[in-house]
Amino acid sequence: MKVLTLNFLTCAVKMCKASNDSFPLHPKDAELAKDDVEINLQLLVNVLPRIDWTALRTTSTELGFPELPEQPPTAEDLTSDEKMLQDLHTLLLETQMIEGKLVCGHCGHEYAVREGIANFLLPSHLV
Amino acid sequence: MLPTPDTSHVPYSRVYEPAEDSFLLLDTLSSPSETTFLTSHFAPAATDPHPPAPLILEVGPGSGVVLAFLTAHALALFGSRALLTLGIDANRFACAATATTARKACAEHAATAALFLDAVQGDLATAVRGGAVDVLVFNPPYVPTEELPALLSPAAAAAAAAVMVGEGGWDEDSRLLALSYAGGRDGMETTDRLVAALPGVLSARGVAYILLCAQNKPEDVKERVRGFGASWKAETVGGSGKQAGWERLQIVRVWRARATEL
Repeated sequence: MKVLTLNFLTCAVKMCKASNDSFPLHPKDAELAKDDVEINLQLLVNVLPRIDWTALRTTSTELGFPELPEQPPTAEDLTSDEKMLQDLHTLLLETQMIEGKLVCGHCGHEYAVREGIANFLLPSHLV
Repeated sequence: MLPTPDTSHVPYSRVYEPAEDSFLLLDTLSSPSETTFLTSHFAPAATDPHPPAPLILEVGPGSGVVLAFLTAHALALFGSRALLTLGIDANRFACAATATTARKACAEHAATAALFLDAVQGDLATAVRGGAVDVLVFNPPYVPTEELPALLSPAAAAAAAAVMVGEGGWDEDSRLLALSYAGGRDGMETTDRLVAALPGVLSARGVAYILLCAQNKPEDVKERVRGFGASWKAETVGGSGKQAGWERLQIVRVWRARATEL
């Protein structure tokens, strides 16, 4: 599962939706791998305004990446700074969480990630 | 005609095999009227050189044939490659199948493909951030049945509850296949939950394509959507008119009109 995907996912428990603590989910015991994905500048530039940057900073730090700047880069930054583009591309689209858990900061439920597939089906007492 | 993605790797003993309903979705989504609608609906404003990339979610992608089609042919269908696609399926084998189908189709059509994110296991859109989805596609379990299969496998349910739970007689592979077609009362028990969740799931520019059969009472579904508010629209945009009888299929497009269109 890609780091970018984590920016769109939240705890599936209904009562957690109203809580800020249910997003982003916190990776635990994460095993990472790196895919080779071709860089698409236009896509990344258009993805930028979609990203919850604060959440991405949390995820990135929790996965052991160097701290991201407080403010997201601008489209101009990405177009002119090749290293920044490459780093963001690697973090968002090439880094894969293969095994581990995603933990909700509100209810504490742990979602398992196995073979790169996260499982958000809830046990019946949480539905 | 845009080529249909290869699904020869999909284990059809536990994942729904592309059928008339899947192909109706492909035909409708690639029809001139829908590509024109989608391209103009997501066209960047003249003032915004970097419009936020639309997120496409298919709920219950099964083999992945529809999601892979949308991803691989994004340029022809949406007029842009700057889109993200995501699948959510209750069936883990369908998640794996969808990822493979999407990767193969995108590799084959690299020059026109958007970016496939992932296929995750889950119940409808419950794990997706509110208001994040720009295009939602749903080919539901629409066949009227006596009962619904359990979402969790007996093993997962027992592990979670630490007791054995009755599973109504579905063995594991038939439970997985039943998840793809068995819709309970009027074939609508699952679709009703998805429709009710649409206002929370779709973005302000959100569009949804939902496949329905005649027994699902499509006119009622459209009325319910229009009841969400003045900006909510619902129209039938595709159908398989060839077959009379209860499984006549149609595709309803749900969208929110912009303030200027009201």
